[in-house]
Amino acid sequence: MSSIEERVKKIVAEQLGVKEEDVSESASFVEDLGADSLDTVELVMALEEEFETEIPDEEAEKITTVRLAIDYIKENLQ
Amino acid sequence: MTAKVALVTGASRGIGQAIAIAVGKLGYLVVGTATSQVGADAITAHFSESGIKGVGMMLNVADTASVEAVVKSINEQFGAPSVLINNAGITKDNIMLRMKDDEWFDVIDTNLNSLYRLSKACLRGMTKARWGRIVNISSVVGAMGNAGQANYAAAKAGMDGFTRALAREIGSRGITVNGVAPGFIDTDMTKKLGDDQRDALKNQIPLQRLGSPEEIAGVVAFLVSDAAAYVTGETIHVNGGMYMA
Repeated sequence: MSSIEERVKKIVAEQLGVKEEDVSESASFVEDLGADSLDTVELVMALEEEFETEIPDEEAEKITTVRLAIDYIKENLQ
Repeated sequence: MTAKVALVTGASRGIGQAIAIAVGKLGYLVVGTATSQVGADAITAHFSESGIKGVGMMLNVADTASVEAVVKSINEQFGAPSVLINNAGITKDNIMLRMKDDEWFDVIDTNLNSLYRLSKACLRGMTKARWGRIVNISSVVGAMGNAGQANYAAAKAGMDGFTRALAREIGSRGITVNGVAPGFIDTDMTKKLGDDQRDALKNQIPLQRLGSPEEIAGVVAFLVSDAAAYVTGETIHVNGGMYMA
């Protein structure tokens, strides 16, 4: 099974239509990967599906980078 | 393959009932809502008699928890709705100098705030599907105004603004958002008018009669159909010519 890091990066690449190698952990969805606000909502929806969890809106709004997404999943899937 | 799902609010009578049948005839599984369980059961029976797939459910569009629960239940039982018809509406007419707080707030809450609640609840599924149709049933009164209906006119004009904003926001995901603005249609809502008022109204309508619910439903069905795939952000007036924008 892939690591959480790999699964998050794969989803980010799929959702935002970018290459997986361009998805560094420090990348910001909007500034570095060209996401608009709708893309970021869809990205969170895709993460929810992949990790079978629900991310509340107020938390979802804080997830703006690949690293923050990975951290959130790790903290909330224990 | 399971049928696509359409949600029609306020489907127990009048325009909403006709819309539910028209959308059902397009092949959708229709969930029609009513404010009481008796009303919901009557919708289920009416669908069955009319030969369309679907059920009635109880929903209070003015209650966020009720909206969330019903949409969740639809998602689980039938799949996420790809068509949402925001039709439920009420009137509480009064001249401004006599209008009570509840008359103002109830009309805004049921007619306008409901769009926020229902659209938000249904948009996830539509976004995921990359396809959706939202049709908001507003009113000629939202464009023309009508003495004694400041609350209703404000809510209906608000719906038309909502239609345009959401159409811009979500168009990139293959979701269209449109409105249909009925004029005076022969329903329980307009039966409240006296005979004198109805006669006076007819004189302002080039087609010289009130419309039927089916004449609204036909336009809604068009907006839901593939024929209207390139129409979004538009409110179509269906009023016998009484108001021409």
